[in-house]
Amino acid sequence: MNAISKIAANDLPLLSVRQLDKSFGARTACRNINFDLWPGEVLAVVGESGAGKSTLLRCLCGDQQPDLGQVLFTRRDGSISDLYDIPEPERRILMRTDWGIIHQNPRDGLRFGVSAGANVGERLMAIGARNYAEIRRTAAIWLERLEIDVARMDELPFTFSGGMQQRLQIARNLVTQPRLVFMDEPTGGLDVSVQAKLLDLLRSLVGELGLAAVIVTHDLAVARLLADRLMVMQGGAVVELGLTDQVLDDPQHPYSQLLVSSVLQI
Amino acid sequence: MTAGYNFAYLDEQTKRMIRRAILKAVAIPGYQVPFGSREMPLPYGWGTGGIQVTASIIGSDDVLKVIDQGADDTTNAISIRRFFAKTAGVATTTRTADATIIQTRHRIPETPLRAGQIVVFQVPIPEPLRWLEPRESETRQMHAYADYAIMHVKLYEDIARYGHIATTYDYPVIVNERYLMRPSPIPKFDNPKLDMNPALMLFGAGREKRIYAVPPYTIVKSLDFEDHPFSIETWDTSCALCGATNAFLDEVITDDHGGKMFVCSDSDHCAERKEKAA
Amino acid sequence: MAYVAVKGGEKAIDAAHRLLAKERRGDPAVPELSLDQISQQLSLSVDRVMTEGSIYDRELAALAIKQARGDLVEAIFLLRAYRATLPRLAESKPIETNRMRARRRISAIFKDVPGGQVLGGTFDYTHRLLDFTLAAPSVFPDAEIAEPSDTMPPHVLAILGDEGLIQPERRDENLQNPPDLTREPLEFPAARATRLQNLARGDEGFLLSLGYSTQRGYGRNHPFAGEIRIGEVEVVIEPEELGFPVVIGEITVTECETVNQFSGSKSEPAQFTRGYGLTFGEAERKAMAMALVDRALRATELGEDVSAPAQDEEFVLYHSDNVEASGFVQHLKLPHYVDFQSELNIVRKIRGDEQVADEALAEGILA
Repeated sequence: MNAISKIAANDLPLLSVRQLDKSFGARTACRNINFDLWPGEVLAVVGESGAGKSTLLRCLCGDQQPDLGQVLFTRRDGSISDLYDIPEPERRILMRTDWGIIHQNPRDGLRFGVSAGANVGERLMAIGARNYAEIRRTAAIWLERLEIDVARMDELPFTFSGGMQQRLQIARNLVTQPRLVFMDEPTGGLDVSVQAKLLDLLRSLVGELGLAAVIVTHDLAVARLLADRLMVMQGGAVVELGLTDQVLDDPQHPYSQLLVSSVLQI
Repeated sequence: MTAGYNFAYLDEQTKRMIRRAILKAVAIPGYQVPFGSREMPLPYGWGTGGIQVTASIIGSDDVLKVIDQGADDTTNAISIRRFFAKTAGVATTTRTADATIIQTRHRIPETPLRAGQIVVFQVPIPEPLRWLEPRESETRQMHAYADYAIMHVKLYEDIARYGHIATTYDYPVIVNERYLMRPSPIPKFDNPKLDMNPALMLFGAGREKRIYAVPPYTIVKSLDFEDHPFSIETWDTSCALCGATNAFLDEVITDDHGGKMFVCSDSDHCAERKEKAA
Repeated sequence: MAYVAVKGGEKAIDAAHRLLAKERRGDPAVPELSLDQISQQLSLSVDRVMTEGSIYDRELAALAIKQARGDLVEAIFLLRAYRATLPRLAESKPIETNRMRARRRISAIFKDVPGGQVLGGTFDYTHRLLDFTLAAPSVFPDAEIAEPSDTMPPHVLAILGDEGLIQPERRDENLQNPPDLTREPLEFPAARATRLQNLARGDEGFLLSLGYSTQRGYGRNHPFAGEIRIGEVEVVIEPEELGFPVVIGEITVTECETVNQFSGSKSEPAQFTRGYGLTFGEAERKAMAMALVDRALRATELGEDVSAPAQDEEFVLYHSDNVEASGFVQHLKLPHYVDFQSELNIVRKIRGDEQVADEALAEGILA
C-alpha cells in the first residue's frame, strides 16, 4: 500500500507540526519543523546522532514542550487541538489510549518490577478495566500477537531477552488499539537477526492495524522496510522530506546523498 | 513541667492553622492537605501528626481515648494519653462509647462509632502511591489527574502471584469516588468501618506534614477487581478471653513450644464483653 | 500469664524514665558537668546542636547536650521541640557577613587576598596524635590573640564578581519574604532560599556524605573553596514602631562560598557559579558540605543534567533532617503486632494454598 492512497481515504491528518523550534541553552535541537502525518502512514525520521531526531520525537509525544510552533492532533471525533494547549489530564489520557510510545530502551517503556501480564494490562486498568480475568484474557491475546509465549505471562520482564522485552513494550502500547505510535530506534539495542524478526513483525502489525507511526532511526534499512515517507534531519532542520523510495533512490539534498551513499546496498 | 505551655500544648495560632487544614481536608475528602507541622516533644513517627490534630480540636469538655494496636494500655498510647491529660487536663477514658475524641494508631475500635465522635488517626506515610512512585512531585500529579492505574497493577500482581490480593493492612481505598487514600496502617479488617461511618475521621501525618479526612457518611471503597472482590480477614478461632468471633484477634505466644492463643486486639471491646457475660 | 507481658504500663514508663535519669548522671563520685563546661569545652558540639536545632542559644544547647547524655541528634531534637513553642517577636535583617569580624578567613583560589589570609584556630595542620597530657588536668594554654582587624575585607568572590567572572547572587523575585520551613511545609520545586534553609538545618553527616559524593563524580561540579570565614556578625532588627535599625546582639557564624565551573548557556556567558553554606558557631565541615550540596541542587536552574543523588531536590531535602529521620527509623520500636498479625495470616494462607496445590499435584501423579 502506498502513502498516496492512504491519504486519499482520509480528510484530516492525524498530526500536523507547524514551525516547531526547540533549543537547549545555546544549542538548537529543532528548527522550523513542518510536516503532516496521515492516518495509517508511517514516517521515518533519519539523520546522524545529534540531528535533533529524538528531541523532535519528545516534542511530538508531549514529553517536551517546544519553544515555538504547534503540534496539532486530530481526535477520533475529528476535532483538532494543539497538544500543548490541552490540559495535562487530557494529554495523559491521549498518551495511554489513542497514542503509544515505544522507547529504544525497554527499561524506559516497561515496568521491570511487575509481570509481563501486568505491563500489558496497565493501560486497560488505566481506562477503567476492573475484571481481572478479562484483563488477563486481553493481555494474553496481545502477548500472543507479539509472539510472546503466554506461559511466561506472570514472569518479570528482566527474565526476557532483549527482543522479547521490545515486543512486550509494543504489546503494552497496542493493547488499547492506538491510532498513532511513536518509536525511538525500536530495534536499536538488538542483534541483527532479532532486529530483522522484529521489523517483520512491526511491518505486519502496522499493516493489519492501520497504525500511523513516527519512527526515529539512524538505520536506513529500518526506514526502507517500514516507512511510507522519509524525513532527513541535519543540525536540527529538515533537509529533505519525501516518499521513502524516492528519497533513498534519488536523494536531492547533499546531506541525504551523503547519508544514502554511506550505506551500501539497502 | 507544663507551666509555660498553652492549653493542649500548641499555641492558638498554630491550632488555627491546623484547623484550617482540617476544614480543607473535610471539604475535599481523601485529599492530602499540606500543613505547617510543628516539632512536637514526641519523636516524628510516634504520632506527632495525630497529636497535632487532637491538640487543635480538643476542648476542655472533651473526653479522650487513645489506643495503639487497638489497646489502651500499650506504651505509646499511655504516653500520648498522659501528654493530653497533663497539657490539657481533659478527661480520658478507655470506653469507646464515652469518648468524644479517639486518637488511634493501627486500629478502628470494634464498638460502632456514633455521630459527633471524631477519630484521629496517626499516619506514618500518607501517600498511597509512595511505594510505587517515590517522588512527591509525581504522586501529587497522579492525584490531580486521578491517575491510579498503577495501584490496580499492584493488586493485579498480587492475584497473578498468589491467587488473591495479598495486601493486608494500609489497604488502599477510594474516598468519595475521587481520591485514592491510605487509611493508615489499619488492618484491612477495619476498612469496611470507614465506609459511611457516622463519625468524622481525621488523619494526621506530622513528619510528612499532611492532613486528610473522611467526613461522616462518606463512601469509602476498598480497591478490588469485579472477580476478586475485597474481603476481610477471618479467624477459625474465637477470642480466648471474651469468645468474640467477629473481632480482630491478636496471636499471643504463650510458651516457647509453639503454644499460642488468640485474643481481641481491642482491649476495651473485649473487657466490655467479658463484663456483660459475667 | 504471657498476655500481660506484651502490654506496657504506666509504671514501666515511669521506671524507665527514673532509670534514664540515673544513667545520665553516671557515677555520683564523679563531679557533675556544668553547662558552662559543656559550652566552653565542648563548644563544637554546642555549635552543631545550635545549627541543626535552629536556635542560637549556647546555654540551651549545652543543657540539651547534657540532658541527651551527649547524643547530639537527641539534643538537636530537644532544642527543636523547645523552639517550636517560642513566639516570634521580630524578624532580623539579613546578617552582613561582609561586615564580619573574622577570626579565621581563608581562600584557596588566590595565594593572597585583600585583607590577608587568617588561619585562626583550626584542627587543620595538627597532627592527629592523641595528646596524653590532656588526660590529666592541663595547664592553661597560652596564645597571643591578635586583635581582629577593624577593616572588614571584602568577600573574595566579590573580586571575581567585579570582573563579571562569577554569577551574582540574586534575590529571588518570586519570593516576597524568605520562606520559613518551620512554619510551612516543604513543596516542590523548592526555591533556593528554602533549600538553603533545609540544608542549614540538615544533618551534618548526611550533607558531608552527599557533598563528598559530588566530589567523587556523582554530580560533579568542580568546586574550589572560594572563601571560608568564621567570626562575629551583628544581628539587626528594625522594629516598625522605631523605623530605624537596632543591633540586638552578636552571633558567631561560619560561612563558606565555593566557586564552581559552569560552561554558560544561551542567555549567559561562561562564568563561575556559587555554592553557599552558613552555620551558627564554628562548623566548617558542615558549611563546606552544605555549599557543595547547594551547588549540586542548582543543577536544574543551571540547565545541567540531574542524575546524581546530591542533585535530586526531593531526595536531598526530604531526607536531610535528622529529627525526622531519627524519629521514623526508631518508630519501628513501637508495637506493630496488628499489622504483623495480618501479615502472618496471609503468609500462612499463601503457604497453605501452596501446600494444598502441592498435595493435589502429588495425588494427581499417584492417581
